[in-house]
Amino acid sequence: MSESSDEPTAEPVLAVDSLEKQFGGITAVEDVSFDIQPGSLTGLIGPNGAGKSTTFNCISGTLTPTSGTVHFQGTEITDAPSHVVAEHGLFRTFQIARELEEMTVLENLLLAPPNQLGESLIYAVTPGLRQRVQKQERELRERAWELLERFELEHLAREYAGSLSGGQRKLLELARALMAEPSMVLLDEPLAGVNPTLETQLLEGLHELREEGYTFLLVEHDMNVIMNHCDPIIVMHQGSILTVGTADEIRSNDRVIDAYLGGDR
Amino acid sequence: MTASGFRSRLTGLPDAVYVFGLMAGLYVVFTGLTVLLNFELAGVVNTLRAITYFSAVYAMVVLALNLHWGYTGLFNLGVAGFMAVGVYTMAIVSGPTNPGPAEIPGLGMSLWVGVVAGVVVAGLVGVLASLPALRLEADYLAIVTLALSEIIRLVLNSTLIQEVSVFGVTFGTGGATGLTVQNNPQTPVTAFFQSWPGSAITDMAMAIGINRPTVVEGIGYAIVLGAVVGLLFVFVRRIATSPFGRVLKAIREDQVVAAALGKDTRWFKIIIFGVGCGLMGLAGILWYGSDGYINPLSFRPNITFYVFVALIIGGAGSNTGSIIGGSIFASVLFYLPQFLEQNSTPVLDGIQSVLGGSTATPQTVIDAGGALVGLDLTAFLAYCFANISSLRFIGVGLILIYLMQRRPDGLFGHRIETAASVPLTTGDTDE
Repeated sequence: MSESSDEPTAEPVLAVDSLEKQFGGITAVEDVSFDIQPGSLTGLIGPNGAGKSTTFNCISGTLTPTSGTVHFQGTEITDAPSHVVAEHGLFRTFQIARELEEMTVLENLLLAPPNQLGESLIYAVTPGLRQRVQKQERELRERAWELLERFELEHLAREYAGSLSGGQRKLLELARALMAEPSMVLLDEPLAGVNPTLETQLLEGLHELREEGYTFLLVEHDMNVIMNHCDPIIVMHQGSILTVGTADEIRSNDRVIDAYLGGDR
Repeated sequence: MTASGFRSRLTGLPDAVYVFGLMAGLYVVFTGLTVLLNFELAGVVNTLRAITYFSAVYAMVVLALNLHWGYTGLFNLGVAGFMAVGVYTMAIVSGPTNPGPAEIPGLGMSLWVGVVAGVVVAGLVGVLASLPALRLEADYLAIVTLALSEIIRLVLNSTLIQEVSVFGVTFGTGGATGLTVQNNPQTPVTAFFQSWPGSAITDMAMAIGINRPTVVEGIGYAIVLGAVVGLLFVFVRRIATSPFGRVLKAIREDQVVAAALGKDTRWFKIIIFGVGCGLMGLAGILWYGSDGYINPLSFRPNITFYVFVALIIGGAGSNTGSIIGGSIFASVLFYLPQFLEQNSTPVLDGIQSVLGGSTATPQTVIDAGGALVGLDLTAFLAYCFANISSLRFIGVGLILIYLMQRRPDGLFGHRIETAASVPLTTGDTDE
């Protein structure tokens, strides 16, 4: 599991450089730089208000950073709006699962793949072209059912997403992001409000997916999850990066202990 | 059979059964009504023509609005304005260059060019309006579109472009006087029934007692409108059951998520706003254009609210519901009160012969209440018929309150109409 962080020669999937975000006079994030290696499951932790979500939102295009740059697979996406970021293959989930409630689970999944033929109005309504749309939709449908099977959501396929439980919504969010065949997924507290059984299932799923070549950046509150599952781990505190390292390195880092136990450094 | 058993049996039927079933039901009710009132055959048939006509034109606008509000969640309160743009453009483009005295000339092109131009211009005005308006959140979009609709009406009403000459070509809107639409969508239908082979149909109809050619022509036009509703239904259904429609639904549910999934939400909103406004323009042409005369007064915002009420009754988000809601509103809430008002004397005489009482109309609502307390139902109804045009708003209000409490999704809004072009079952059931 530790091979990725030892190979700095690999081209990073995501490169964040000197990121800064101010809200009015308050600096939420300052001088944040880190690289994410392909095929890694990187953890991002920090106490409340450390700037994790802001960093996340700046990367995904939900917010525009005040200064600094973000590169994804070599392309600059610093000021790109979120739909452009997603088109590049960088997807995100939300801290509070944001399902499209009055759409069925299947509709949620089928929405995700980018640049579908039928997203053009002409293709959607013109007889000959519509057949090509239908062909593509059949292929996507197969993929959607595979993902439903993988996440054990088949029995809910035709339900409204709004009727799912909190944990099921988190699963659906992940499945929806994967449906788009992303290069990388940003997971914003995917385990918040998830029961222990589902949590295990989700984490196992993440490891499997990582082995298949997906890259994940995980924001999480739960130290145990991060320590046991992520490598490397980025620790943020008061808007800056405190340290980056493996779980063992983080555990023995005095500054991290101080930050979490409320030390007065 | 229990009520729930009956209901579950009803919900399994194909949608066409509901639409044609409703129309058949309305025909039976209105035929009964007109026969009771001793209408001659032409009158009976003309009543059925009228409900078909109003149902069809309402269904068209409601289908267009459903694309905005039902699918995308865009609160467009400018429906009347976009209909006005459509029909005025059509009237100007296909108006004759040398009309009769005191008439305003048009550009003299064919009707079809006019219709296409009306749809396109209404769509373009929609797109232009959407560029700034769609940056706004729901309530502000409503305010902007409502204001735009009023601006359009007031411009048409003003003397500003009443009659203008550009490069020697004279045309105009007619201002508050309105505009005669000589070359209108009804014209080719009328022409068809006045010459062979259509004249044979007219002769046949005359022979069986439909003794007014205008009624026959009107029926022809109503049938044409029904066909247009059918085509429009296929068109919007294709939009709804496509990846495009899926993105629209996602925008309605949560724009941020749609954007996070790589959808350029602004682009989708502009496109659908333009398409919906174009269809409203078409509805305006087929509805008001066929009257042969248009006037800015027809495009006050109350029409927009009627269309919204019809969509709420049918169920926002459902295309079948849009047609059903349009028909119910047009026939029962719009046409029926008007019909009763026009025929209040024979209707009241009929009621009096059954219930007794007095047909003298109470002058005030207090007198009417007194009549009701005194169990003189006839006098109470006489008051209602005399004031039906204002009282029907109370009826519409009561229906809305009932729906909001008991059935907020409308008649068809609760159904899952999946946004995909193929069935989403596993396996290969459809291949």
